[in-house]
Amino acid sequence: MIAEITLAHYLTVAAILFVFGVFGIFINRKNVITILMSIELILLSVSINLVAFSAYSSDLSGQIFSLFILTVAAAEAAIGLAILVVYFRNRGSISVEDINVMKG
Amino acid sequence: MLSSVFFYLFATICCLSGLMVVSSRNPVHSVLFLILAFFNAAGLFILLNAEFLAMLLVVVYVGAVAVLFLFVVMMLDINYSELREGFQKYLPLGLFIGAVLLVELFATFFEYSGNIKSLPSPGDVHNTKALGQIIYTDYVYLFQLAGLILLVAMIGAIALTLRKRVGVRKQVIADQNARTRAETVKLAKVETGAGVKEISR
Repeated sequence: MIAEITLAHYLTVAAILFVFGVFGIFINRKNVITILMSIELILLSVSINLVAFSAYSSDLSGQIFSLFILTVAAAEAAIGLAILVVYFRNRGSISVEDINVMKG
Repeated sequence: MLSSVFFYLFATICCLSGLMVVSSRNPVHSVLFLILAFFNAAGLFILLNAEFLAMLLVVVYVGAVAVLFLFVVMMLDINYSELREGFQKYLPLGLFIGAVLLVELFATFFEYSGNIKSLPSPGDVHNTKALGQIIYTDYVYLFQLAGLILLVAMIGAIALTLRKRVGVRKQVIADQNARTRAETVKLAKVETGAGVKEISR
């Protein structure tokens, strides 16, 4: 017999995804593409949290804000990857250690 | 009952593919696992009666963002094994921080979320219509602002990646349109047997 799914179950999934995202940022210190993907995971977990709260409290505001998170995530991915492409074109690598040469 | 089974299926695949995204050796596999995670999150959204957001997740994330990632990963010619050199060094720190964060999150919301029990049944208005009824009235300014953010992101991405290369012949439309007939075409009367002389402009 499987227990009924409560809000805590959804929050658990979101928390695990969030932790995997933070973990990914820590272990892939050199690979910017994987760091960007980890950020996407974190945003997805926040989105799951908002939708779960919105569904369990019958308030659609959470889903609206999840929509805005989706917008910001798409914009962030586009800008981040554009910066990455320009950086790779100029330097021939995407190593995070080299990026601090941009300091003035 | 069946929805519980589907919840555990989607949640398990979502978490496992999230782990594979950050730990996969090949970034192409990372992107593909990211797509899998998004699909399963869309499944979770459907279980929460949020069909519109589920479809939006599939369209926006899988259709646009993940494909963009895949495009960049495949286009850039990078030695990915070099990028993984710090993996072993940062692994204990990452595990420590992840464990602390997870314990804190669990401690917080198991304390909190006991009072909200069951999913309310959807009313007679379906999810997309209900969202539309409030997004164009209560949240219309935020909605317009979201559109503006997308516009700025689009212009920014184009402006960043556009470049002028030297030594490449390109069509300059403005110069072409600015030409007149008088400065490009000259009508010459060539006499028979005299040959063509140098035509000066």
